[in-house]
Amino acid sequence: MSYFTLSLTLIFVLIPLILSKTFKLGLEKDTVVATVRSIIQLLAVGYVLKFVFDSSSLIYVFLMVTLMVVAATHNAQKKGASIQGITLKVAVTLVFVEVLTQGILIGFNITPPTAQYIIPISGMVIGNSMVLSILFLNRFTAEVESHQDQTELILSLGGTPKQAIHRQLIRSIKASMIPTIESQKTVGLVQLPGMMSGQIIAGADPIQAVQFQLLIMFLLLTTASVTSIMLGFLSYPTLFNKRMQILKS
Amino acid sequence: MTIDYQPAIHFNHVGFSIGDFRILKGITGSFPEGKITTLVGPSGAGKTTLLKLCNGLLSPDEGELYIKGEAVNQFNPVDLRRMVGIALQSAPMVSGTVYDNLNLPLELQNQKLPVGEAEALLEDVGLAKDLLNRNVKDLSGGQRQKVSIARTLVNKPKVLLLDEITSSLDRTSLKEIEELIVKINEKYGTTIIWITHNLQQALEIGDYTWVMMDGEVIETGESELLNDPHNDEVRRFVKGEAK
Repeated sequence: MSYFTLSLTLIFVLIPLILSKTFKLGLEKDTVVATVRSIIQLLAVGYVLKFVFDSSSLIYVFLMVTLMVVAATHNAQKKGASIQGITLKVAVTLVFVEVLTQGILIGFNITPPTAQYIIPISGMVIGNSMVLSILFLNRFTAEVESHQDQTELILSLGGTPKQAIHRQLIRSIKASMIPTIESQKTVGLVQLPGMMSGQIIAGADPIQAVQFQLLIMFLLLTTASVTSIMLGFLSYPTLFNKRMQILKS
Repeated sequence: MTIDYQPAIHFNHVGFSIGDFRILKGITGSFPEGKITTLVGPSGAGKTTLLKLCNGLLSPDEGELYIKGEAVNQFNPVDLRRMVGIALQSAPMVSGTVYDNLNLPLELQNQKLPVGEAEALLEDVGLAKDLLNRNVKDLSGGQRQKVSIARTLVNKPKVLLLDEITSSLDRTSLKEIEELIVKINEKYGTTIIWITHNLQQALEIGDYTWVMMDGEVIETGESELLNDPHNDEVRRFVKGEAK
């Protein structure tokens, strides 16, 4: 794609800008900021990836993955500000998911331990884990707040904090996983995933593109379940004190 | 006023605050073992907070609280809450049927309430046993309150804390619940602590009464004190003149 052709894609930015202005949505500034940020961030990452691939040093791979975890943690922890020590809990969850998935991929020789595979797959895993964390924390904090009477009821009857929060925890875990599971049910029928589409456009064999896409989709199922469950079980004890009481707000 | 009794629960200068707001201030006194004590006073006096301290849902910030002669923090919270049951004013329910709610205290101990016992509990609180499989969403406010009381009884508590449990009941249901509580008190010697806004109920049912205002216990004694209070504020409250 030439730079001229690439610049023509800005038409797709102009359309929402015109619509926002016409219908007074007030999203013009956010749209421009998002566009500029995505151009700068993607160009920068392109050059960084080229450097990392050329150097073939695993230290740079480690640094890139660390950067991804830090940025994802920073973004996700905002939704759980009411949970004590949420930044560390999100970071531990993201690191665990990354180590688990890469451990399986490299350990079973599914993908080679090279920057070309580790970085893009880590990006998808950590990015998905971040979105799952946000969905989970958003739902969990709302569930805890709106069902505090049920939590108190179960404690009052002699239940443990885990029993008292169990229903809210399960509902939050399920709610955060539903988008991942539902999108997988319609994949290929309603939508062609971005990575697979990208490979096909770049001229790869569609069957090979599908094989990689299946790998990623199955990976994301593990990511979704491990992220929600781990973050849930790390988060709920901070809502109670040692006397099994709901912490005073 | 000095009363000669064995205390089931004893407060010694107990205080409780949320932030800078002092909800309970220097509460001292006892709830007699095996008796019915009513707590009366205007809204916001700290009565519900006092009950939650007894059940271990909250802990005092100041002073000491003794349950059956033992400091409250010496109890395992789970054991304490099974021994000191509480029926909460809002009668919260978990989703599901009436049986699911009655079974809840035992489900928390990995046990199951026999259907026959569940039906007997419903009849005790004046509900038809065919309500057992009804979804709690379809219950009236009064029915929920009765299910809440029955559920609290499943643990067979030695002390029963009741937080305005009859406020949403009709006259007939109110009488049924009053009779049930008196029966439990007489048959099992269960100590009852009952928050009520119904002063007539406090006089008729209660052996003893605490009058609370603004986080403090203003007057205590046998329930007849409500007929002739010593304290001017209590006198105004009884006459319905206080805020």
